[in-house]
Amino acid sequence: MTRGPIRRLAVALAFAAAMAGCGRQEFTEAEKRTIASMSLSALAPLPLDPTNRFADDPGAAALGATLFFDTGMSRDGNVACGTCHKIDRQFQDDLPRGVGVGETNRRTMPLAGVARDPFLFWDGRRDSLWSQALAPLENPLEHAGNRAAYVHYLKRRFGERYERIFRPLPDLTGVPANAGPFGTPAEQAAWAALSDTQRDGVNMAFADIGKAIAAFERALVHPPTRFDRFADALAKGAAPAGDAALSEEEQAGLRLFIGRANCSTCHTGPRFTDNHFHNTGVPPVAGLPADRGRIAVVEEVLADPFNCFGKLRDGGEEACGELRFMQKSAPELVRAYKTPSLRGVADRAPFMHAGQFATLEKVLDHYVGAPASVEGETEIHPVALSERERGALVAFLKTLSE
Amino acid sequence: MSSTWRMVVGAIGLVALSVAFLAIVYMTAPASPEPDLARSRSSAKGLFAVSIAPEAGEPRQGDLHAWVVTVKTRQGAPVEGAAITVGGGMPEHAHGLPTSPEATAYLGDGRYRIEGMKFSMTGWWQLKLAIAAPSGVDEATFNLVL
Repeated sequence: MTRGPIRRLAVALAFAAAMAGCGRQEFTEAEKRTIASMSLSALAPLPLDPTNRFADDPGAAALGATLFFDTGMSRDGNVACGTCHKIDRQFQDDLPRGVGVGETNRRTMPLAGVARDPFLFWDGRRDSLWSQALAPLENPLEHAGNRAAYVHYLKRRFGERYERIFRPLPDLTGVPANAGPFGTPAEQAAWAALSDTQRDGVNMAFADIGKAIAAFERALVHPPTRFDRFADALAKGAAPAGDAALSEEEQAGLRLFIGRANCSTCHTGPRFTDNHFHNTGVPPVAGLPADRGRIAVVEEVLADPFNCFGKLRDGGEEACGELRFMQKSAPELVRAYKTPSLRGVADRAPFMHAGQFATLEKVLDHYVGAPASVEGETEIHPVALSERERGALVAFLKTLSE
Repeated sequence: MSSTWRMVVGAIGLVALSVAFLAIVYMTAPASPEPDLARSRSSAKGLFAVSIAPEAGEPRQGDLHAWVVTVKTRQGAPVEGAAITVGGGMPEHAHGLPTSPEATAYLGDGRYRIEGMKFSMTGWWQLKLAIAAPSGVDEATFNLVL
């Protein structure tokens, strides 16, 4: 009889444990492994960039930072890289489409971790961080300048600093103030009239501008978030608590994210991206020029004189595997766009490559419905998610911002 | 019709319905989720014995890497002078490989280096090798799970 109360207590404890088990669904071992693989602590060290021998030169990075925020690096003196890539806004601008000298056709991308991307831009039309930095400088809707003007400006404003880090400036005698292959007809004619030596000199210093900006951008990293603290605690076998805790709803969203909702198929690894291009049936924006995504720029990246095959690459050609073995003609490249990282995503509406969706809820509506693509085939299949499950996914995505 | 007969006919009907239901469930059930992961196999028409191995350790998701493909005759003699074309993709996602891998070197003893391989996602991948040798043309498909 004396064991009666103890037995009752044991039964009560077992009942309480069972109830707790009902309320909280534990992650399986496979889920725990996936969650651990998405933590920032699983991110490999930033690889070297042998194509840019100034990539890890602090002087080059400092000059790159100066150039990044210098509005003098534009045709009208009003646009810097930092105009759209705002330093206090995850290096993006909260607009559906970036606005430089004019409005562009694409959403400004955030820059954290950008040095890890094998191909840059939403469609991958450049194959290195340094060659990417050059394209907006000559885009008429962005900085709208020309390379001769940039190199004259570099000499005038930063000549001594440049020569200390990089190399002697090219001889600009006879190089007009404005000349470049993409400018006005007069600028294009002036560019064509230059000697090969003059063009090579301008191209080399212009490429160095990109290499300096890339050196700066290599320092832009993803900050750790509540999700990372949760994942790390879970991996250690500890109960995530305090600022590492996720609510029941957030955990339910995480379980869907890596499970039935199929998000982590592409939004994978510590950066929540597979660094590849997919057609997900995102509709075009009315009034914008035709946009066929990745397939439209295959020739452009192969022909870019600043690509990895070009003579301005530092180091050997063995660094050019991504370009050499790039997928060039597959049907799935039609209207394929880069999988963006989802770190910090909840704080940077609107979404998609041209700002098509104003809220994360609208993005989920799109993926739940999986409409056909206007061209090519969407890779997305419809998935049934209740209102509550959509709410849980959004709640989980917010843990990637705190 | 007597009520006993009605019950018997009804029971037979119910049994037939459940058998049909189970048959449909069985026939439409997804195939075994574990594909054959063997890294050595006969080519489709049996012309070659083909084996594959990553050149430098098991590949990691997202890394560009190389494989070595060994092609031998059924009798085990190395096959030289073969042209190997690489294809494949993810059968469950209806897309091809994220890169265009190529056979870039003959390493001797029937071994060929395939460069430019990349697995951009975790999951089930297929690697399809079309092999054109002086002795004939055949292909081999390998399953890989990352």
